[in-house]
Amino acid sequence: MTAGKVSYRAPIAYAAIGLLSLIGFGLIPPSGRHTTFAISTPKDLFTIEPFTVPSKSTAIVFSLVALALAALAFWAARKRIRLGVWLPSVFGLCVLLAFLTWSAADKANSMPVTGLLQGSLFLAVPLVFGSLAGVLCEHSGIIDIAIEGQLLAGAFLAAVVATMSHNPYAGLIAAPIAGALVGLLLVLFAVKYRVDQIIVGVVLNVLVVGVTSYLFSTVLTAHRETWNTPPKLPVLEIPFLSRIPVLGPVLFRQTIIVYLMFAVVIVLQVMLFRSRWGLRMRAVGEHPKAADTVGIKVNRTRLRNTVLGGAIAGLGGAFFTVAAGLAFGKEMTGGKGFIALAAMILGRWSPKGALLAALLFGFADNLQVVLGIIGTPVPSQLMLMTPYLATIFAVAGLVGRNRPPASEGIPYVK
Amino acid sequence: MPGVTPDPQSARLEDPAAETVAPGRGAQLLREITTGNAMISVLAVVAALFLGAVLIGAADPKVQNAATYLFARPGDFGSALWGAVSNAYSALFQGAVYDFDAQTFARAIRPLTETMTMSVPLIFAGLGLAIGFRAGLFNIGAQGQIILGAIFGGYIGFAWHLPIGLHLLLALIGAMLGGAIWASIAGVLKARTGAHEVIVTIMLNNIALYLVAYLLSLKAFQRPGSVNPISPFIDKNAELPLLLGSGFRLHAGFLLALVAAVGVWWLMSRSTLGFTFRAVGANPHAARTAGMSVERTYIWVMGIAGALAGLGGAAQVLGTERVLTGGVAASFGFDAITVALLGRSKPLGTVLAGLLFGALRAGGFAMQARTGTPIDVVLVVQSLIVLLIAAPPLVRSIFRLPDPARAALTGARA
Amino acid sequence: MRLELRGITKRFGSLVANDAIDLVVEPGEIHALLGENGAGKSTLMNVLYGFYDPDAGQILIDDKVVDFDGPGDAMAAGIGMVHQHFMLIPVFTVAENVVLGHEPTGVAGVIDVAKARAQVKEISDRFGFHIDPDALIEDLPVGAQQRVEIIKALSRRAEVLILDEPTAVLTPQETDELIAIMRQLKEAGTSIVFITHKLREVRAVADQITVIRRGAVVGTVAPTTSERELASMMVGRSVELGVVKDAATPGEVSFSVRDLTVIDAAGVRQVDGVTFDVARGEIFAIAGVQGNGQTELTETILGLTRPTSGSITLDGEELVGRSVKEVLRAGVGYVPEDRSTDGLVSAFSVAENLILDRYDQEPFARGLALDPVRVRSSAVERAQEFDVRTGSVDDLASTLSGGNQQKVVLAREMSRPLRLLLASQPTRGLDVGSIEFVHRRIVAERDVGTPVLIVSTELDEVLGLADRIAVMYRGRIIGTVDAHTHRDVLGLMMAGVPHDEAVAQAAAHQTVLGQADRAVETSSEEDA
Repeated sequence: MTAGKVSYRAPIAYAAIGLLSLIGFGLIPPSGRHTTFAISTPKDLFTIEPFTVPSKSTAIVFSLVALALAALAFWAARKRIRLGVWLPSVFGLCVLLAFLTWSAADKANSMPVTGLLQGSLFLAVPLVFGSLAGVLCEHSGIIDIAIEGQLLAGAFLAAVVATMSHNPYAGLIAAPIAGALVGLLLVLFAVKYRVDQIIVGVVLNVLVVGVTSYLFSTVLTAHRETWNTPPKLPVLEIPFLSRIPVLGPVLFRQTIIVYLMFAVVIVLQVMLFRSRWGLRMRAVGEHPKAADTVGIKVNRTRLRNTVLGGAIAGLGGAFFTVAAGLAFGKEMTGGKGFIALAAMILGRWSPKGALLAALLFGFADNLQVVLGIIGTPVPSQLMLMTPYLATIFAVAGLVGRNRPPASEGIPYVK
Repeated sequence: MPGVTPDPQSARLEDPAAETVAPGRGAQLLREITTGNAMISVLAVVAALFLGAVLIGAADPKVQNAATYLFARPGDFGSALWGAVSNAYSALFQGAVYDFDAQTFARAIRPLTETMTMSVPLIFAGLGLAIGFRAGLFNIGAQGQIILGAIFGGYIGFAWHLPIGLHLLLALIGAMLGGAIWASIAGVLKARTGAHEVIVTIMLNNIALYLVAYLLSLKAFQRPGSVNPISPFIDKNAELPLLLGSGFRLHAGFLLALVAAVGVWWLMSRSTLGFTFRAVGANPHAARTAGMSVERTYIWVMGIAGALAGLGGAAQVLGTERVLTGGVAASFGFDAITVALLGRSKPLGTVLAGLLFGALRAGGFAMQARTGTPIDVVLVVQSLIVLLIAAPPLVRSIFRLPDPARAALTGARA
Repeated sequence: MRLELRGITKRFGSLVANDAIDLVVEPGEIHALLGENGAGKSTLMNVLYGFYDPDAGQILIDDKVVDFDGPGDAMAAGIGMVHQHFMLIPVFTVAENVVLGHEPTGVAGVIDVAKARAQVKEISDRFGFHIDPDALIEDLPVGAQQRVEIIKALSRRAEVLILDEPTAVLTPQETDELIAIMRQLKEAGTSIVFITHKLREVRAVADQITVIRRGAVVGTVAPTTSERELASMMVGRSVELGVVKDAATPGEVSFSVRDLTVIDAAGVRQVDGVTFDVARGEIFAIAGVQGNGQTELTETILGLTRPTSGSITLDGEELVGRSVKEVLRAGVGYVPEDRSTDGLVSAFSVAENLILDRYDQEPFARGLALDPVRVRSSAVERAQEFDVRTGSVDDLASTLSGGNQQKVVLAREMSRPLRLLLASQPTRGLDVGSIEFVHRRIVAERDVGTPVLIVSTELDEVLGLADRIAVMYRGRIIGTVDAHTHRDVLGLMMAGVPHDEAVAQAAAHQTVLGQADRAVETSSEEDA
């Protein structure tokens, strides 16, 4: 065999998690309890009745399947076979189902599966836009730590413009402008003054928090009616499609920002890897000098794409105000920009991956809310930690090798 | 080449012609003053305060009112603007340094002692981050490390009952340990798996926030008979002694911070350990080839940085607050990033920057209370200071100062 | 197309890289630009390619003044360049690299991959390159990457092709192929500017030779000019073409590598069952094309990489499993192949760099505390001994020239008692004076009885310096030969041909460079 050391890190982690799941959700809890899952919503074409399963045995079954997958991972690592993303995905799903079965055991409320997914998608919106901004910036060679600031700026301007114009769509158009401005500052300092991009990003976040909080405390609070009562984006139901059980409410009973999100992901996925624009951008992020020698203007490319990235993150910021139907509040993005950054890494710098990772984080976020409602045994603070813990596991390499664009963060000097 | 920024560390690398030129001594001295780093720092602060003033003016109702008839009576606008800004900034100054309206001298200098008190955690955490920056680690995690220091130090402080001296010592050691452990997670992951410390420390900050909230929901951390998320008072023997009696909050933590600054200076410029830190920071490949363990260095650096930030947490919980709450770290950890950057990662610079930001914070509270100007404007000023300092050419062009490299060249021709 | 440069001047700060350079390249001419490292050849070509703005001077194409605002303009004017460090994006395919900057596109800017592929295929077939348009650059050997660069230039209809040190990474046989390509291009009417510091190649291929020294043109001569004459034009004084040294007097074997195998994280056998011995007082050189496991071999000896199997012994002590620090302490002096990355901390002072691997030992440290006074005084001595030209030992290493930087590395590594000197590419990128100094020092170390292991991709250096030569190919030692082996034989071995076969093939077909070697040998015999 022509091979080096085999890494068993991932299989060991799978096995450990599977065992914990088996013991914690299956073996320790008392038997005789039942869990109910609710599927349908009132407007569906046909109704799927809520169904009830015995908690203990269901959790044990899911945990055992997870353990079997762990064994498969061991075998594959030994034989040096790559299994693809389906393994961690199915594994995660099994552990999750075991957990859900356990957490909703013998509760008065059933586990609202469709609601859980619907909310997850909704909460993933800013994460998706934010991580797409990161994808664009980093592929052109600029590290975007300022996603948080771009989201916040977008949320702010969307609220103000929507309130002033009494039109949520006007807010939606204004939000990208705010994000683009933050992107412009980022790229200006990074390219023109060659300041460390992480420093600029961190500081821009503080600057945006400062400016928006200041204006919030003064102008927005003093005249709330004229400045900060944004109308909410209406839900646009797609005829027929929206009435398909589970899928309908999740995918087709959303506001325009969700549909926009899918459109942007698809367009970027295609354009980034197949178009002239994408090829040139990635060339600049990988090997700027090589790009320069074939006549591509490196810094102009970085400028354009960072500003565009900022605009996309800004659009995501509109989620917090006009899409959620909330007034702007101080620091209302609450660190979502950083989770978006993590989603970008977890999604390995591709729009598709960013979408999936963001959905995962959105799910974790919404799960905590749902479990709070049905009353789980897990303290909410610990639930709230999970996305962050998951990110650490992800970047520590359990998910596989990460390869960022080779020249990100390095100013281009001839 | 216009717009080229020599980074602060490599300032000596600038045009070699600068050294060979020998113009008149007076002119040279003048040039050093106008182009030197100290001058840039002072001017950056001035420019940031000016931009802050614009924000203060823009949000002031009287100024807004006067602006509506600006062309009819520009004098009104000017005096309204001057009034708003000078009120705010003089309140800021009186709240940070010396209160002219105070009845007694003790009350008059009280703001200065508040500034010093506020600067303690900033200096501690800033020193830790500075070590990391020089070792090439972008540690964003001071916030989490302060929280862990506060948890460990606080718990020892209120839960244990030990003789005087020993109790404080153990609480301080515990705080250092807490911060060091938390930071080391990022260090170990970086060393073992290459996980980027920026992402890991950002995640650890959030986890720490939920961790302290969770702990404060437990009986062991709450006051007897209370369910509020607030700990019992720190044992008298574990308190950091007050320096100026009970009328002031200034405590021995300030002296400890100064001692720590001297210690960091010795560590970085006079010790073999610091030599490794600097070598790894400047060129990890060469350091490794010369037989240094880059991985071990990462762990050491994060450990020491975390211990220092942990002391910052101890200063809060054992000195300033004397009780553990979820908000014990305020935003000190994030402000410390800007402190370390402003101090150019040097111990003396960090102490001075810590005092400045301590003053902005202390004065900001006074300003908010007296004039109603929200403290958020301080965030704006802080972030602008750091942005401007990172981009000396920008500051030079704002104040129309000569570029040192160009100045030297023109000097040579003349 | 006729190309003319008039009075080109380019300054970097106080350094004048090009000083009023004039150069004329006639249509269909192979024009060599000869000069030693740092003479300003690449700077001049980067000016011509629109990459740098000249401070003074003009570029004329067919007697019309042109002004390039970036490489895009230069390419549009018909100038193509193959850079010394290839300007290819490792994670892109050949086709993507070739079309980058002038992509054939369809709807909404989506790239027409079929067209791109066809473009590559057409040129590749025309010159017999055998390049797969869909291969990733990072998977291609350097020779193939160079051909991709040529395709890239030709696909943009270059009429003047600049080749910057194109032979640095090639074996003599590959160099021959390149020369054939150059002649083929010339036939097709393309002018070629061929930048090099190697005397033999220019004489073999050029129509005109322009020699540059310290940024200025020394003269333009015909290729019939003798090597000795070209060398003295290039350096500005008469130079020894070979390394001056006495015959080796090898002692007992003190350094042994046995069955060393290194498999990297991706499962590739970088070093594959390597075995060799080095005796005291001999220089043992490992030759080979870059990327055949030499880097991994030296890094494994130093302890940076753990071998999968095998052993490395120095004076009977096993080195495998020891840390870098322990290996250095055992008496190994190490000169890394890339001094700016691995040899020096450029943001540190010369004095600090001189103690980089001994900073924590007496007399530089006591316990945890450094002794700055001793560090400095020792540095002053070392700098003097090794002729490091610097204003002060407190100057940053980054302010030194390449030659002086390498002297700092040597001074550090050779200023303690050595039991093995391991030097990788010891003279890469240095000027002739520094090369002579480094070679003298290495020979002197051999003469005091230290075993010396040299790894070099530069055949001239290997032939000049070594007492015995091993050739590495795809991680294995394909053969160990004596120092008088012919260049062509070594070249074939570097391409993976075993020794006996290589001798036969070399006899059947001499390369251009090999012929030049023979000519030199006969002439020196006549001299004697």
